[in-house]
Amino acid sequence: MTGNVKDNAFPATMLDRSDERLKHEAGIGGAVRAFIDRVRSGDLGSLPVVVGLALIWTVFASLNPIFLSSNNLVNLLFDCSTVGVIALGIVCVLMVGEIDLSVGSISGFASAIVGTLWVNQGWPVVLAILAAVAVGGLIGSLYALLYNRLGMPSFVATLSGLLAVLGMQLYILGSTGSINLPYGSAMVNFGQMLVMPRLLAHILAVVPGVVMLWTGVRTISRRREANLSAPSLGSIVLRAAATTLVLEIIVLYLNQDRGIPWMFGLFVGLVMLMNYALTRTQWGRSMTAVGGNREAARRAGINVRRIYASAFVLCSMLAALGGVLSASRLASASQQAGTGDVNLNAIAAAVIGGTSLFGGRGNAYSALLGIIVIQSIANGLTLLDLSSSLRYMITGGVLAIAVIVDSLARRSRVSHGRA
Amino acid sequence: MARMTETIDRKTPAGEMVLSLRGISKSFGAVSALTDIDLDVHAGEVVALVGDNGAGKSTLVKTLAGVHQPTAGTITFRGQPVTMTDPSAALNLGIATVFQDLALCENLDVVANIFLGRELKPMQLDETAMEVRSWTLLNELSARIPSVRIPIASLSGGQRQTVAIARSLLLEPKLILLDEPTAALGVAQTAEVLNLIERVRDRGLAVIMISHNMEDVRAVADRIVVLRLGRNNGVFYPDATNQELVGAITGAVDNSVTRREDRRHAEQQLSEGGQP
Repeated sequence: MTGNVKDNAFPATMLDRSDERLKHEAGIGGAVRAFIDRVRSGDLGSLPVVVGLALIWTVFASLNPIFLSSNNLVNLLFDCSTVGVIALGIVCVLMVGEIDLSVGSISGFASAIVGTLWVNQGWPVVLAILAAVAVGGLIGSLYALLYNRLGMPSFVATLSGLLAVLGMQLYILGSTGSINLPYGSAMVNFGQMLVMPRLLAHILAVVPGVVMLWTGVRTISRRREANLSAPSLGSIVLRAAATTLVLEIIVLYLNQDRGIPWMFGLFVGLVMLMNYALTRTQWGRSMTAVGGNREAARRAGINVRRIYASAFVLCSMLAALGGVLSASRLASASQQAGTGDVNLNAIAAAVIGGTSLFGGRGNAYSALLGIIVIQSIANGLTLLDLSSSLRYMITGGVLAIAVIVDSLARRSRVSHGRA
Repeated sequence: MARMTETIDRKTPAGEMVLSLRGISKSFGAVSALTDIDLDVHAGEVVALVGDNGAGKSTLVKTLAGVHQPTAGTITFRGQPVTMTDPSAALNLGIATVFQDLALCENLDVVANIFLGRELKPMQLDETAMEVRSWTLLNELSARIPSVRIPIASLSGGQRQTVAIARSLLLEPKLILLDEPTAALGVAQTAEVLNLIERVRDRGLAVIMISHNMEDVRAVADRIVVLRLGRNNGVFYPDATNQELVGAITGAVDNSVTRREDRRHAEQQLSEGGQP
């Protein structure tokens, strides 16, 4: 009954602003205050990785000015794209609280498949790539089968997959051990040279801002219509303008050298697609729900097995695609492809970027930010002429810091009542 | 028992018959969890299901939710005999269940939880429409949730119960089953949830509520159905004494609760007798 009295007393209040206990901030200053509030309570989002990246870049730039040259940064973007695509798949399995330890082997196997089918068997290159990605999907569905039907923990299933798939890679490469991909072919050019035309890069850099503005204005009008509070137009314009400005400066700087690699464009495109799928579709909502509380998701009528299967299949397919990209980057399919630190770099990138190891928290952009951090470390240490021993140690330290920040932030979120 | 037969026709429930069970039995192997249960629930009525541990309350609710299938007996829902093979069949008929552990995703916000598995526009989620519908549901319950855009993790136990009940109302059910809705709540939150149950009833829904707490049961229930060892053991009205209820639940007329009650009655009579 009290509710009715309240409703009569404040007939003009918006639906979501009628509770007097709720603090709400208006305008641009309010948005900034809300952001600070969020960070203080432990909801850090991408802040730690952005700060960390700034720190790493400052250190390397002061040690060797070449690090920040546009030439070096273009190389960095080429290198990011291959493992970055694999890390994007890792984000998918981490979202549902599982893991895939075999992504490195799958990527190596995929590059071996492309080499064998394309160079040795004479298949058209596109068909060979599709076959490699399809085989990746097949491996993923096998993991899903083991997990869903036989209850095998993904940790163990993919650990045995790591060995088995590596064996298959060595088997199809045979005694020769490595296959060189022909220089000058479209695939190798894509991995080594192809960059966007300058003007196109500038035009593409405007697109995110325009999309932000358009969806923002549409959201405002729809929420006003529905009598809900809406963000101010000013804050949306500011965000869109800032995004556009930053992207245009990056493009301008990189265009002084070769420009933006098409391969990096493909990677960013995949990240944006994944971000949309995870945040704006029923599938993405189900992924988050399954990662947060599997039993609740099941009772809500979500087909939990299908969600797990989609995560495993998508991860393996992206790992295969990443393998194809790294084959084109190296112009070869070798026994070493996908071994060494590829696995852990991909997983570390997703975690450093802010995707939780425990499921239910994360976003597609963590793959992008995380891989830039990892490749910056590798690239910077190479420029300093330091050995890979140091690189492993430093990358390991950064991963440890990222996980510590995540668990401290989680503790703070719990005590501040945020998920 | 004498009192019960006296009062059984005193209240004729206003609404139509929503659910009617006749001779429901359920056995797990050699164990009979339910034997010959009869139960009627009308629209706009709160029926409390009470009983000791192992009395069969949860089995009965799970049978109604489609989790278990009865071994014998008939379930009539809105005049039609029905068989529910799985939980979604019960949901589609219009029977919603709020389980004791609520089954909410703590990492998702209130809107996402209310619409979980039933999102509007699966390929491009309609957040605005979902938020408006969530507010409508919560306001109909006069629920006090500060914001629907905060994760469940930041809500209190009572608020979570509210969200779970609001979610069960999304599909416009005719009957709601609540399993221990006040078990883990403080005093104020319990009162909030009991208010909520009354509002659900006032919307013309039938409510079946399991509870261990006799005060809560008497506060909201229109009828109190006692189960004991898987059988019906009497139907009471909220004005039944604690003694009668506890007696029906435990099957004993002599226990510490009744003894204390007797003592108090005796003292009262004594003091009344003392003042002319």
